[in-house]
Amino acid sequence: MSRPSDLVQGTLDLLLLKILALEPLNGWAISQRLKQVSGDVLQVSDGSLYPALHKLEQEGWITAEWKASENNRRAKFYSLTRLGRSQLQKEAANWARLSGAITQVVRLEEA
Amino acid sequence: MRLANWFYALPLRLRSLFRRERVEQDLNEELQYHLERKVEEFIAQGLTPEESRYAALRAMDSLALRQEECRDARRVNFIENTVHDIRYSLRTLRKSPGFTSTAVLTLALAIGANAVVFGVLNGLVLRPVNLPEAQSLYGIERVGEDVPVESYPDYLDLRDRNRSFDGLAAYRINEAGLDTGENPSRVFLFLTSGNYFDVLRIQPYLGRFFHASDEHGPNSAPYIVLSYAYWHTRFQDDRGVVGRRVQINKHPFTIAGVAPPEFHGTLLFAYPDFFLPMVNGEQIEGRNALNDRSSRWIYLALGHLKAGVTPEQAIADLNSIGGYLERTYPKEDGHVTFGLSRPSLYGDFLGSRVRAFVTGLMLLAALILAAACANLGSLFAARAADRSREIALRLALGSSRSRILRGLFTEALLISLIGGAVGVWGSVGLLRGLSAWQPVPKFPIHVPVNPDASVYAIAVALALGSGILFGLVPVRQVLRTDPYQIVKSGSTGGAGRRITVRDLLLVVQIAICALLVTSSLVAVRGLARSLNGNFGFEPRNALLVNTVLDMAGYRGDQVPTMQKRMIDAVQKIPGVESVGLINWLPFGGAGDDSPVFTVETADLRPSNAAAVPFRFRISPEYFHTAGTALLSGRTFSWHDSENAPRVAVINREFARKVFGSETNAVGRSYKMQDGTRIQVVGIVENGKYRYLTEDPQPAMFFPILQSPSSDTSLVVRSKHDPEQLAAAIRSSLRDLDSGLPSYIETWNKQLDLARFPASVATVSLGVLGVLGAMLSVTGIFGMAAYSVSKRLKELGIRIAIGAQPKEVLEAALGRAFRLLVIGSAAGLGLGILASRVLAHIVYQATPRDPLVLGGVVLAMLGLGLLATWIPAQRALSLDPLTLLREE
Repeated sequence: MSRPSDLVQGTLDLLLLKILALEPLNGWAISQRLKQVSGDVLQVSDGSLYPALHKLEQEGWITAEWKASENNRRAKFYSLTRLGRSQLQKEAANWARLSGAITQVVRLEEA
Repeated sequence: MRLANWFYALPLRLRSLFRRERVEQDLNEELQYHLERKVEEFIAQGLTPEESRYAALRAMDSLALRQEECRDARRVNFIENTVHDIRYSLRTLRKSPGFTSTAVLTLALAIGANAVVFGVLNGLVLRPVNLPEAQSLYGIERVGEDVPVESYPDYLDLRDRNRSFDGLAAYRINEAGLDTGENPSRVFLFLTSGNYFDVLRIQPYLGRFFHASDEHGPNSAPYIVLSYAYWHTRFQDDRGVVGRRVQINKHPFTIAGVAPPEFHGTLLFAYPDFFLPMVNGEQIEGRNALNDRSSRWIYLALGHLKAGVTPEQAIADLNSIGGYLERTYPKEDGHVTFGLSRPSLYGDFLGSRVRAFVTGLMLLAALILAAACANLGSLFAARAADRSREIALRLALGSSRSRILRGLFTEALLISLIGGAVGVWGSVGLLRGLSAWQPVPKFPIHVPVNPDASVYAIAVALALGSGILFGLVPVRQVLRTDPYQIVKSGSTGGAGRRITVRDLLLVVQIAICALLVTSSLVAVRGLARSLNGNFGFEPRNALLVNTVLDMAGYRGDQVPTMQKRMIDAVQKIPGVESVGLINWLPFGGAGDDSPVFTVETADLRPSNAAAVPFRFRISPEYFHTAGTALLSGRTFSWHDSENAPRVAVINREFARKVFGSETNAVGRSYKMQDGTRIQVVGIVENGKYRYLTEDPQPAMFFPILQSPSSDTSLVVRSKHDPEQLAAAIRSSLRDLDSGLPSYIETWNKQLDLARFPASVATVSLGVLGVLGAMLSVTGIFGMAAYSVSKRLKELGIRIAIGAQPKEVLEAALGRAFRLLVIGSAAGLGLGILASRVLAHIVYQATPRDPLVLGGVVLAMLGLGLLATWIPAQRALSLDPLTLLREE
């Protein structure tokens, strides 16, 4: 199974939840948004996006709905559920703790 | 996963499972949308549409893999895979019906046998008796004596002197005639102590029970308590029966109440019609034995141990009473040691035998299941070997070994479940039949082995367990499979020449099968002979009419008068050749014997007896009617009455034992224990009296007028249809006395009781023989099929270079046949040894019978042919060209 190598495992979930917290989007739009907001730093392969989305859906954090897309075609739009919102808070807090700790370690001055 | 998640997830899972196509379609559409947008993006960057399409697909890595990952996310893949495995297994099983039916049948038989035996074990031994606080209920035994009988005075001493029991109850079983104003009928009853229900802590279903306080000396408690079943069938659940007066043996009794539905007395097999206080026993049995300490007629004394009293303490307590009895009544009681036993199987008398028998059967059944598992294991191994190419191919194409094993396991479990279901279905039918069966038609005796939940649970567990067990056999084979090697060379090494455990197991199985076949043939032959054997009487074309004149109120002199009238009345029926009367028939149950002494003996102690012959009381016509040959002297006449000198007819064995020879015995005399001298007037041929297999036993016959009996059977000799004759007899007896119940059966039918042990032995040996044969067939089949499929290529080459069919068969099946011969020979030898044991049960059991020996050899040969037929066909029909090309 190929995972985005430069993504810390588990952070893809956080990114997806965060993006969907702003507005409901379809899969294509999510991939575009990811590139756009991270300035192409976070490369998520198109293939690995969908299994991740389906996993979040099965967890009950996001829910899907078929709607007309921006170019007026039928597409599957994902939106955050109440459960997903609290999950997002938890994962965001986790991330803050983790990244803070790592930053601290990196900043240590060599003796 | 938390509950809240399930709120969202459950609908999705269900949708994935049951709306699978819709979900797949959605997935496709979603990915398709992405692809199209990607293609548009590439086109916008200036690529051609075709290039854009490839680039988009590349960006998705592998589309199929992505789809599979999305499916995995649904978390129902396990279920889907299982469903898929089951479908696939069902398909492959249906494609090989021979294999499937062999496997299912083998397992069904093995599981069925285990379920039946466990059902019997459960019903008779494991299941607690359906009585309140059964764990503290014990019966009193006399150590060293077969039957735990007590006399009434001894029972009273035990009841009143012990300090260990919360009351001590007693019962006895008997028959009586019940007259409720309509047709009188024979009933089966428990004579019980007054405290019986109170000691057992039973509450009435209707009305009241009788109690110890109702007893005030002989015949003082004219009450009966109906069993629920009898109330239901005889009185149609009429709640008004309480208080109704009925006549029992022409004595008035009042129905006090009805016992609860689950209570049928304290003997597991017996289902009495009602309960009656034993202080009124005289009215039922015609004699008062309440004060006779030497007459031990109470079947069992039983009660609950007091709280805190251990069985050891109770035995010590009882033995101190035993010491008292021995000191006070040395003549009647002598030295006794008491013991305790579980009462429901009549103490250790039946209990230990039943337990031993059922435990033995259980072991045998377990063996059969083990053998079945071994056979199925080799069948599955043969199948896996046959499919080694398919398996290798699947491995090479990227299937995981666990996925393949799961498939094989699914197959094994499916077989085990189907086989188990069939086995349970059959065994439940058998157990139900066994429970409803009444082995002695005259009495309401049942073997209560109705299956309950534990039987089903055990059967399912055994089926699954054996499925896993034989499913495991091919695992090693699959795990070792090297796809590269197999695809390249076609086979997994040559067959070993050494003796394997599997070979040994097969030989043992075949030997057991041959043993069972031998024994069951011996038993069948013995049974057939016993239908035509010489018993000292001719049971064909004879009806028996049993009456107990006590039941209709006949007393004293009325009894012989009425018997004479019955004989005369039946004699007048057209088609009746002759009518005789006898008090108890040979093989008619326990029987009656008495020590006899030579006239010279002065000290008439039992140890000085010249013989202990059976004693029969007969009418003058009995010998002629029964077909017993008179060898010398005369039979009786109606003049051999009370006032005439006491006479007897003896059999040859009696003459040989008491008088030394039969030539001069007529005219000589002997003495009974009370000193009465009896003159021998005739000698008849020897017969069988208690067991079909007994050695010649001495017997003496007294004229019925000189020693009257109220319980007698008419023997009616006639070639007419028994049904019509029985109706005619019934009507002429009704003309004599409409209140006299009778029981009519053919003499051959009555002999079924004597043949019962032999029949049981024959049937169980036959069933086990068939089971053993089935297992041997599948065992040999599995092995032969395995060896043929393993050596297909070798056989093909042999055929290609000109081997004859005989040589091919020798190569393919020689080993299986050698095992068959070794096993059969061993089994036959064992069977000949076992027949000596069988001779105790079955009439003239001998294996030195050309029919038996020939039958065994033929049967084993037939089994061998049957088992090797399919593999032999396969070996012979090999087309070397196709085979070599394929390999």
